[in-house]
Amino acid sequence: MTDSSTILSTVQAISTGLKDKPGALLPILHGVQDALGYIPSDSIPVIAKALNLSRAEVHGVVSFYHYFRETAPGKQIIHLCRAESCQAMGSKQLEDHVKAKLGIDYHETTADGEFSLEPVYCLGNCACSPALLIGSDIYGRVSPELFDELIANKEVAA
Amino acid sequence: MSITIFVPCDSSAVSLGADRVAKAILAEANKRSIAVQLVRNGSRGMYWLEPLVEIATDQGRIAYGPVQTGDVASLFDADFTNGGDHRLSLGLTEEIDYLKKQQRLTFARIGITNPVSLEDYLAHDGYRGLNNALAMSATDIVKHVTDSGLRGRGGAAFPTGIKWNTVLNTPSEQKYIICNADEGDSGTFSDRMVMEDDPFVLIEGMTIAGIAVGATQGYIYLRVEYPHAHQALDCAIGKAIAAGYLGDNILGSGKSFHLEVRLGAGAYVCGEETSLMESLEGKRGLVRYKPPIPAIKGLFGQPTVVNNVISLASVPIILDKGGDYYRDFGMGRSRGTLPIQLAGNIKHAGLVELAFGLTLRELLYDFGGGSATGRTIKAVQVGGPLGAYIPESQFDTPLDYEAFAANWTVLGHGGVVVFDDTVDMAAMARYSMEFCAIESCGKCTPCRIGSTRGMELMDEIIDGRDLGKNVPLLRSLCDTLLNGSLCALGGMTPYPVLSALNHFPEDFGINGQTDIA
Repeated sequence: MTDSSTILSTVQAISTGLKDKPGALLPILHGVQDALGYIPSDSIPVIAKALNLSRAEVHGVVSFYHYFRETAPGKQIIHLCRAESCQAMGSKQLEDHVKAKLGIDYHETTADGEFSLEPVYCLGNCACSPALLIGSDIYGRVSPELFDELIANKEVAA
Repeated sequence: MSITIFVPCDSSAVSLGADRVAKAILAEANKRSIAVQLVRNGSRGMYWLEPLVEIATDQGRIAYGPVQTGDVASLFDADFTNGGDHRLSLGLTEEIDYLKKQQRLTFARIGITNPVSLEDYLAHDGYRGLNNALAMSATDIVKHVTDSGLRGRGGAAFPTGIKWNTVLNTPSEQKYIICNADEGDSGTFSDRMVMEDDPFVLIEGMTIAGIAVGATQGYIYLRVEYPHAHQALDCAIGKAIAAGYLGDNILGSGKSFHLEVRLGAGAYVCGEETSLMESLEGKRGLVRYKPPIPAIKGLFGQPTVVNNVISLASVPIILDKGGDYYRDFGMGRSRGTLPIQLAGNIKHAGLVELAFGLTLRELLYDFGGGSATGRTIKAVQVGGPLGAYIPESQFDTPLDYEAFAANWTVLGHGGVVVFDDTVDMAAMARYSMEFCAIESCGKCTPCRIGSTRGMELMDEIIDGRDLGKNVPLLRSLCDTLLNGSLCALGGMTPYPVLSALNHFPEDFGINGQTDIA
């Protein structure tokens, strides 16, 4: 876990570097989430100050977008596609399997801190449904068996 | 002489193991002391054959697929580097029926070139459109686009030339070109393919748009779910700048155009153009009232062209070959070609670019080969999550904006999601309401509250409770959403819901022709 002074200096550096871009808030939030894995509540006043916004405005933006998270994720985030094309190829069964296997629901993290599970509405991999992302790795035509194999390998790798 | 082997870097091919196959081929070639040059090309869009490995020969490229790492040694045993026969042999790539029957204009280079090679792009007719545009007046560029009959490929099908003309004729110190690359519709991936597999064509199209309307800054608003596209675009933009195709004084013309990729953050509604602009300005993606239209008052209050990826990527060929050339494809008021995406439960899922006019049935069976599961196709959803479900009785509708509208269906971005007869259409209708509730920006009441009430109503209906009251209530709610919402998210959620109800009442527990339905 990153300590709070490191968090603040990271957020400060990102905000200072990007604040002069037109419409800088989303680039800054992406920068913070890329660096820290989430957008800690402590970072909101720093970002607000850099952009001359209220904390409420920054918080409003963070909470509007599904991708931005306010809590630390597990080591790897699994994004499982819930959209129609994947549903047509059995994503509901895959979803049930994934939740049972990991013992968590959407927006939760496994007790060992290994995996977080998030729904996603289309990865553009609709010709190879059902699809999911583990970290930044994309997989298509994922069966429950393939999922088990994938996470077994990821656990070894992690 | 070394042998050139192509293994796609397209993310869908990668999702099926293309990176591992590429690595295995290099390792095996090394082990056998065979000199090979490995090129990571884009995908041909025949995804049931991915990873599709191709070998360059004097006769053309020879294809093998779908290749897994376990096949690599046997491919070498079969002398595939010289086109040897193997159980995965597909013959000459260009002769594969699925590809041969297509009319690829926007996708002309895709699958052939290394996406991030400017040399490849130039060698395959790249930047000819921009060169022509630089020698024309702004009015003439816009005229070519207007004459081509190109209509917005994002889904709304608004004539691109008219939009450009409005921006051209709205005086301002600063104008913008925005590429809407927030391809959030399920079943669509043509934008993704263009950005991953031929990013320069989008850059060229945006540059032409900038020169045409007098905009010096462009933004590609890209969904965060497309990291491969982000990489390819950033790489291509860097090369375009270095070679003088972007920046100040493009190719010595004195004209400037700057381009930057901005990432979305997982909000479907940001694919709506005014919400997208709010997001680009660093705000919550709340939909704006129109008018003013973005062409007059758009990003940061300035005149702005907002076009979809495919619309902009179709501009270079129009400027290269002329508006008339493009217009001569198609039917009625739907001119040119449409990159159709076959997805979901279909045997031959992939990208099919064709002139407008083909029927759904031809697409589903001649190209698609029927369902992946081998079962009867029960319904297809065309045009993304806000598109209607289409039953078999309407499969003879030609792909044409007006013909689709006449059936209360939408062609949208050309995504076709296929469902077999195991699908429960009431569950799909419930999902549509749920999706609207999750993604609503919250600005207008019908969408924000109506979607949640719709989900609750669908739960009642699925449980078979009081259909006589609940089904008419669902219709009334849909009427409110349809007519009272600020944008297409709430305004079109009734399309999938009501089409499911109208065509498949039995899934809603309504049997036969009753007053309820």
